[in-house]
Amino acid sequence: MLTLIAILVDGLIYSSYLFMVAVGLTVIFGVMKILNVTHGSFYAFGAYMSATLVGIYYQTDLPEFGGFLVIFGAALIVGVFFGVILERGLLRFLYHRDEHIIVLATFAMFLVLEDVLLMIWGTDPYYATEPMGLLGFIDIEVLSYDVYRLSFIALAVVVGLGLWLGLTRTKWGKVLLAVIFDREISQAMGVNVTVVFLVTFVIGSILGALGGAYIAPTISVSPGIGVEVIVLAFAVVVIGGMGSIPGAMIGSLLVGISRAAAVHQFPEIELFVIYAIMAAVLAFRPEGLFAPAQARKI
Amino acid sequence: MQIMKRSGGIALLATGLAAAIGLTAGMANAADKVVMAVPTFLTGAGAPAFGVPARNGAEVIIEAINKGTLPAPYDKSGKGLAGRQIQAVIYDESGGGVKQVAEFRNKVQKQGVDLFVGYISSGTCAAITPVAEELKMLTIFPICGTPRIFEEINTNPKYVFRTMGHATADGVAEAHYVKANMADVKGYTGINQNYAWGQDSWRDFDLAMKQLMPSVPASDKAQWPKIFSGQYGAEISALMLSKEPLVHSSLWGGDLEAFIFQGSARGLFRKKKLLFSVADTSVYRLGKKVPTGVILGARGPYGIFAANVDTPLNNWFRKVYIDRYSVPPVGGSYQAAQGVLAAKFAYDKAAAANGGKFPSKDQVIAALEGATYQGIAAEVHMNRSNGHQAATIHQIGILEWDKDAGEPIMTNVTTFPADCVMPPPGVNGTEWLKGGMKGAKC
Repeated sequence: MLTLIAILVDGLIYSSYLFMVAVGLTVIFGVMKILNVTHGSFYAFGAYMSATLVGIYYQTDLPEFGGFLVIFGAALIVGVFFGVILERGLLRFLYHRDEHIIVLATFAMFLVLEDVLLMIWGTDPYYATEPMGLLGFIDIEVLSYDVYRLSFIALAVVVGLGLWLGLTRTKWGKVLLAVIFDREISQAMGVNVTVVFLVTFVIGSILGALGGAYIAPTISVSPGIGVEVIVLAFAVVVIGGMGSIPGAMIGSLLVGISRAAAVHQFPEIELFVIYAIMAAVLAFRPEGLFAPAQARKI
Repeated sequence: MQIMKRSGGIALLATGLAAAIGLTAGMANAADKVVMAVPTFLTGAGAPAFGVPARNGAEVIIEAINKGTLPAPYDKSGKGLAGRQIQAVIYDESGGGVKQVAEFRNKVQKQGVDLFVGYISSGTCAAITPVAEELKMLTIFPICGTPRIFEEINTNPKYVFRTMGHATADGVAEAHYVKANMADVKGYTGINQNYAWGQDSWRDFDLAMKQLMPSVPASDKAQWPKIFSGQYGAEISALMLSKEPLVHSSLWGGDLEAFIFQGSARGLFRKKKLLFSVADTSVYRLGKKVPTGVILGARGPYGIFAANVDTPLNNWFRKVYIDRYSVPPVGGSYQAAQGVLAAKFAYDKAAAANGGKFPSKDQVIAALEGATYQGIAAEVHMNRSNGHQAATIHQIGILEWDKDAGEPIMTNVTTFPADCVMPPPGVNGTEWLKGGMKGAKC
């Protein structure tokens, strides 16, 4: 029974982590049809910025729980800064080019930003563990769970719910859905697609940075973290269906729970599970579990 | 317009000539030097724990060799390698085996490198070994740990050397330590990265435990997280639920640190006894964040274990390193420095045998094969794999926090002789372990 509880809780925490790192990628793909490899850089910059600012914050006498605001502030700074610079400075010149060219351009930017990261922060790791220590832990018999990592679940729910409400209950969301459905007709109907693209890219960037910023207190923020995340995020997005937010959620849950079950029951296959699920989904539904229907133009 | 074109042509010609002259001068210059390539992780996840400390350690030693300021026992050996200055080419090991093999060929065939002292990843060393032999390039591996280098990939090396013990020594020393200090342990499990290093580490520790403590059961649910995964929630739960009180781990770098943060927040280190085989890479950086009371190794007598080794060479090395980098040297720093010292020792010895003249590559190789030389922290015996594989003493201890000094220290340290923890010459490590470690001198 305890193992079952552990699988469920560990699975939900890991699913939330996956959702947080994948949702920005899927939002950008859903609207702009851009497979944004730079997403890994947003995550890494978010983590570094968070670790740096949180470190500075806890050297002051300000209230301890203010550190959480610093984490969100770090994500906002990184997301807006890189979102605007990349969309206005690079991507808008490539929208008329082939999708593969855009992927290569974002990959190139990813490599450039990896080096920029090294120029700013160097190779030494950064730590910002204070927020994790503030929330304590909960005991379930011999198991203990730290509340900070449990809060991943709450954050993922808030982000997912916020995106869903934003898309389905607001005028802006409906405009976005119209662009997702048909970019050209939306433009013809008076939608300013340029603004929609910019705002979407910035939102996606903030979400990517938020993933890194919120996870930063639990890890050693060091070179290469963006590379690992982008692979995971791609896997989740492919499983769920590229561009589908519910797909990213279900994909994350599927992978998270399966991985937790593997860790507890068959640890040797833990590495294999995520890619086995991806291979199975691709074999039977190459477009992913929840890929939005594509209108074919004649 | 015509004049401008002509001027442009002349400028181009002049630039070409200048470049050619510069190149010739550079080559002439290089002939008076020994070009030493030092590949190490300068970017990516391997950089903070191993790559950069290794580069720093190598830089300190190379600079002292060139200036002739090394203390005893190298204080009378003059400047440079057999009198020639080292021209170090330090470059990034990142990118994987294929890229590194291409870079190795490039450095040998186009840039005139004389020897390599470097490579950290076992995967890179495995890829480089056959190429180094094919190109007849003197290559010293100072750090990578997989025993397969001379046990499977090349059992009869001529140009490749490794100047520290391999992973088998870690597992055997750890098992001996557990037997001596936790005789009543009820079982053991593990968490190791799911790649060559993690798998080799667990296999050797497990095999050694089966020989030394056959009645102590191993868990069938040892954990195998992906390398660089960074998230260990489920693994920590599984370890908490396991009945085995001892946890073996060869996690390193960012993975180790993330595991420590996440495990500490959940009280794992109060509930289980952790044995970390390479955690010395993080102890200074993390300071009080590392849980005290854990069993710790550094893949030999390096890093924190060498903090109190009172020899002129070690005292000098630590002082220069700390003054320059503001942090104490860790295992990788010592191991890289030890690799460069092997070159110093071999070139000087070969020159002495050559009547004081600069030695040939074959003479340098002959000088290093089977030799014993002084490393920073301990003597290095090149007495395995036809004199190409080193054996040194090995140390394991308990990590504690020294309140007065405000730094981590090792306590209850046990030193194991090289012949206790390394398989005898000519014997495969796994076979040796399975056969009961015959010939071990403990």
